This record gives sequence, C-alpha cells and structure tokens, in this order.
Amino acid sequence: MAATAFEPIISSAWGKPNSWTMEEYRRRGGYKALEKALEMQPPQIIDLVKKSNLRGRGGAGFPTGLKWSFVPKDSPKPKYLAVNGDESEPGTFKDRYILEDDPHMMLEGIAIAAYALGVHTCYVYLRGEFKFPAERANAAIKEAYAAGIFGKKVMGKDFALDCYLVRGAGAYICGEETALLESLEGKKGWPRLKPPFPAVVGLFGCPTVVNNVETLANVPHIINRGVEWYAGLGTDKSGGTRLVCLSGTVNRPGVYEVSMDTTLSQLIFDDKYGRGMPAGRKVKAVIPGGSSAPVLGADELDVAMEFEAMKVKQTMAGSGGVIVMDDSTCMVRSLWRVARFYAEESCGQCTPCREGTPWQTRLLRKIEEGRGEPEDLELLSKVASSIAPYPPIGLGNTICALGDAAALPTHSFLMRFRDEFEAHIREKRCPFGDKPWGAYGDWS
Amino acid sequence: MLTTRPFGPYVAPAMAEPLFTPEEQKKFDADIADLLSRYPEDRKSAAMLPALRLLQEMKGWLPPEGMKLVASRLGATPERAYEVASFYVMYHLKKPGKYVVDVCTNLSCSLWGAEKMLAYLEQKLGLKAGEANERFTLRETECLASCGTAPCLQINEDHHESLTRAKVDEIFDKLP
Repeated sequence: MAATAFEPIISSAWGKPNSWTMEEYRRRGGYKALEKALEMQPPQIIDLVKKSNLRGRGGAGFPTGLKWSFVPKDSPKPKYLAVNGDESEPGTFKDRYILEDDPHMMLEGIAIAAYALGVHTCYVYLRGEFKFPAERANAAIKEAYAAGIFGKKVMGKDFALDCYLVRGAGAYICGEETALLESLEGKKGWPRLKPPFPAVVGLFGCPTVVNNVETLANVPHIINRGVEWYAGLGTDKSGGTRLVCLSGTVNRPGVYEVSMDTTLSQLIFDDKYGRGMPAGRKVKAVIPGGSSAPVLGADELDVAMEFEAMKVKQTMAGSGGVIVMDDSTCMVRSLWRVARFYAEESCGQCTPCREGTPWQTRLLRKIEEGRGEPEDLELLSKVASSIAPYPPIGLGNTICALGDAAALPTHSFLMRFRDEFEAHIREKRCPFGDKPWGAYGDWS
Repeated sequence: MLTTRPFGPYVAPAMAEPLFTPEEQKKFDADIADLLSRYPEDRKSAAMLPALRLLQEMKGWLPPEGMKLVASRLGATPERAYEVASFYVMYHLKKPGKYVVDVCTNLSCSLWGAEKMLAYLEQKLGLKAGEANERFTLRETECLASCGTAPCLQINEDHHESLTRAKVDEIFDKLP
C-alpha cells in the first residue's frame, strides 16, 4: 500500500474550461513551485527529485534525479534540456492530453528542471502529427514569455531561460532520445551509439537532459507538496502516480491516472476505468506498455502497472500503453500489424533491424494468408532472435532499442499463442476468417 | 546531335516561374530569420526540419528549388535538405492532392475497425491507399496517438477521431 492517499495530480484539470491557460493554471496554484524552487540551491532540487523516486515516463523508467545528476557540473559548454513529446509508441496517447489540456504544468516542470541543471535553452520536441497539441503548447509558451516565466530573468531572478517548440515530421524513431537529438540538430533520425550518454555529449555535443513530457509535469508537484508525500504516492522504487492509456477491445478506453499498485485487471475491469469487456467476450491478450512490450495472456493480469512488477513478468511498463485483445481476435493478424509498424519505422541504420523487420512482416503475412509452412515458425523465431533474443529484455543486436521493440512482440506472441500460429498453418487459412479484429472490429 | 555537359557542378535549369511572389519571399525571409535565432550561430543547419516545414506550408510540397534555397539559407548542401526531406514521411517530395488523408490502421485502431474504415474511404474517394489524385492523397499511416478514441485519421494534419461511418461522411462531404 502507498503511504499517501491516492489523488490524481497530472490529469486533475483535464476537460475543465480553459484548463490550458496561464490564468487557470495560476488559479490552481500554478508556478508556485517554480517560485519556491528559485529560492533553493540547484543541487538541492536534484537531490529532492532523486529522493522522490520519480522515474522517466517515456518508456525506460530511468530514475529522473539520477539522470539529472549525470550532467557534469564543471563543463564549460552550454547545457540543454530536450523535452521528448514524440509520443509515437502504438497504444500511447497520454502526453497529448498534457499538451492539450495542461501545458503549463509541463512548462513549470521545464523551468524548474532548467534552473536545477543550469540550462538556459530548452527545446520541446513534439511529433509532427501533433498539430493541435503544438498550437496549445505554443500558446502556453507565449504566455509564459509574457509573464516572465521564460526570458532574460525567470521570475525576476538572475537566470535566463529560452524555450522553443520544434515539430518533428513523422518518424517513430525520433522518440529514441539520441535520434531525437539528431532530429533537433536538423538531421534524419539515426540513433547514436551510447555511451557517451546525452547527459555528457548530447545536443550540439553539449551536456543534454532528455525528459518525457509527463516526467516534467510531475516535477512541480514534488517541489510543491514535498518529497515524502510524492514518494509516498508510489511504491518503494517508483514515486508518484502514473498515466496509463487503455485501448483496444474494452468498454471504456481512455487515459487514466492511477496509483502505481493498480493492476492490469483492475484497469480493464474496474468501473472507474475500463468497465470490462464487451458482452460475452473474455480477455485473450494484453500488451501492457506500448506495442513494444511483450504480450501477456489472460491469466497474467494480476500484475501492477509499475516498472519493477512488469520486469518480474519479463515485460515492460513502458510508456503506459495498455492494449486489450478479446478472445475473438486473431493473434497472427495482430502481430502482423505490429510487425509492419516496426518494418515501416526502422530507420535503416543497423542491418538486423533493417532486414529483419520486413522479413518478420513477410513471414507473418504468409502465415495469416494461409500460405504458411511448418518450418516458418522456427524461421520467424530465428529472425526475431537475430534482431534481439529474448528473454530477458535488452539483448538487442542493434544500436538502439527499436530492434528489441520489434523482436519482443514476435517472441512473446509465439511463446504464448503458438497453437494459434500452428492452427493457421495446419488449416491453411485464418481460423477467424474475415473477422480477425475482435468484438469491436466491425466498423459502422 | 550529341550534347555533352561541361565539367563542373550540375546546374538545374531555371524554373519557368520564380519560387515565391515578392510577398511570399518577404514572409519566408522573416520566418527563416526567426527560426535561425533559436539555434546557436554555428548551428544554422539545426533549423532544417522547421525550415522545410515552412517551405511546405507555403508551397504545399517541397519543390527542389525550394529545398535548395532552404539549404543555402542554412549553410547546408542541397543533399542534406533532400536527405532530411526523404527520411520523414510528412514531407512531400511530390505535389500531393489538395487534401492529404492519413488513416491510422495500427493495432488499437484496427481493433476498432480501422481496416474497414480505410476500405470504405478507398471506395468513397476512388483511390487505393498510397494513391493520389488532384483532390486527395490517401495514405495508410502509423499510430497517431489517438488509440483511446479509435479509429482516427488526419486531413492535412487536422485530427479527427472516434470515427463512425456517419462522421466520416459528414467530414468528407463538407470539405470545400
């Protein structure tokens, strides 16, 4: 049990009139945390964020305070903050609502982080398709400049901070932090080898912190209400609350802010959240953390949506994208669609991923269309292993984690639903016929 | 008669019409200056993505002459501009239809009928996904971060979600 009673902190204003304006944000106590932070010493703030157990909400779950502490203090180079709002992981749609409904919460987090890190320039990188979220965020940045939150003197203090919004142009890979930096430098998004990590050699070769939108939106709450309160909201190793994105075949998809100990089955069935499955249908499979996360079966839903708990299950809490598939959904068709995504989005830099992702796709199409041969499953598994073996997660043969992300679904679908793949090959057709997409797959 | 090209860099033939009208040129220059002010002085080429976006917003696509102009303003080679333009799917290297329709068919959307919606649109617009005519470019696209409000599509980057057949008809029938 968490030590602090749960309450939504990130999503509390969503859907309320004018929640995206500075006036409304201030009415809710906005920018008080920044005021408080500017009275503190920067290392003190980094220390607080460390103690808060805030972990990155972009997918990897890396401790934010630790990331901040990697930035060299004595570097003569300028330092940068890059905000990752690329949000492209299939099944993930939470940052979009922060940007649309409460952009100032992120901006306040940016200002606090910049002050703590000695950063004077911040770039907010949003995926290109986010036209409306970018409009809201840009309007908020403009308001913040007018109010002296950004500019030559942040809140009158002798500290300068510029904040610019940059839109991508349609590339999943740019959510990977080093590809994002390449893109910010005006190049195609080819990930860089790590180390060196961005905290040391990042944007323009300078120390750079890359944080997710939701991660930064958490920072004001830590300063405002104290580390104990914030850490107490979560578990021993993950502080705060979590935004989870529920989609697929459930009665009420959407973004829900939950406590870290909330389980997948609570999310799917609870009246506060997903309200269960369509009449007469049962869960077959759940992807717990964006389409890259290994899939779980119906008997594995009693697991908390928190980084450590998911790790025990050999899967990932990832970006919080939970995709539910009911028992009338074809697993081959689903995996084929996921595989196609990675083939489309592979940047082409590393051979295993560039060649392996389309190969997976071709094999899955062959099986789904009833042309599969018995040896195809072994071959599919071999192709996936050449990109990244599993388990455990993280053995990829590629520069970045997209390779892992492309191979993990294949491994896990084959592990858990092998009989369904075999049935396709044996019957030389898809057993679901022309209805592979489950209870809501018919469109009207 | 055999014509040979003299040695030296390839010089593209002059365009029949200038790229910009004087007013457009003024806007382009001002906006490029604003973009460049956001980056360190020795890192002008960092503005490549927003500068190409600017060009595309003004011309509807990225004509080669325009990419060359962007590159020269950013102190980069035209090849760099082309490399970036061809990497990201939102840049148009060919003139698209008046309306670019991007339909998500990723997992969460397909679980809410996106494939059927795409088939309906193919029939309605008389185009296969990946094809274009003067009025429409129809494309299948990847996840648009709208999985909780599936299925979804974008028309010239304007987002439409929780789509039913009636809603799709209404949206498309209202397009000017």
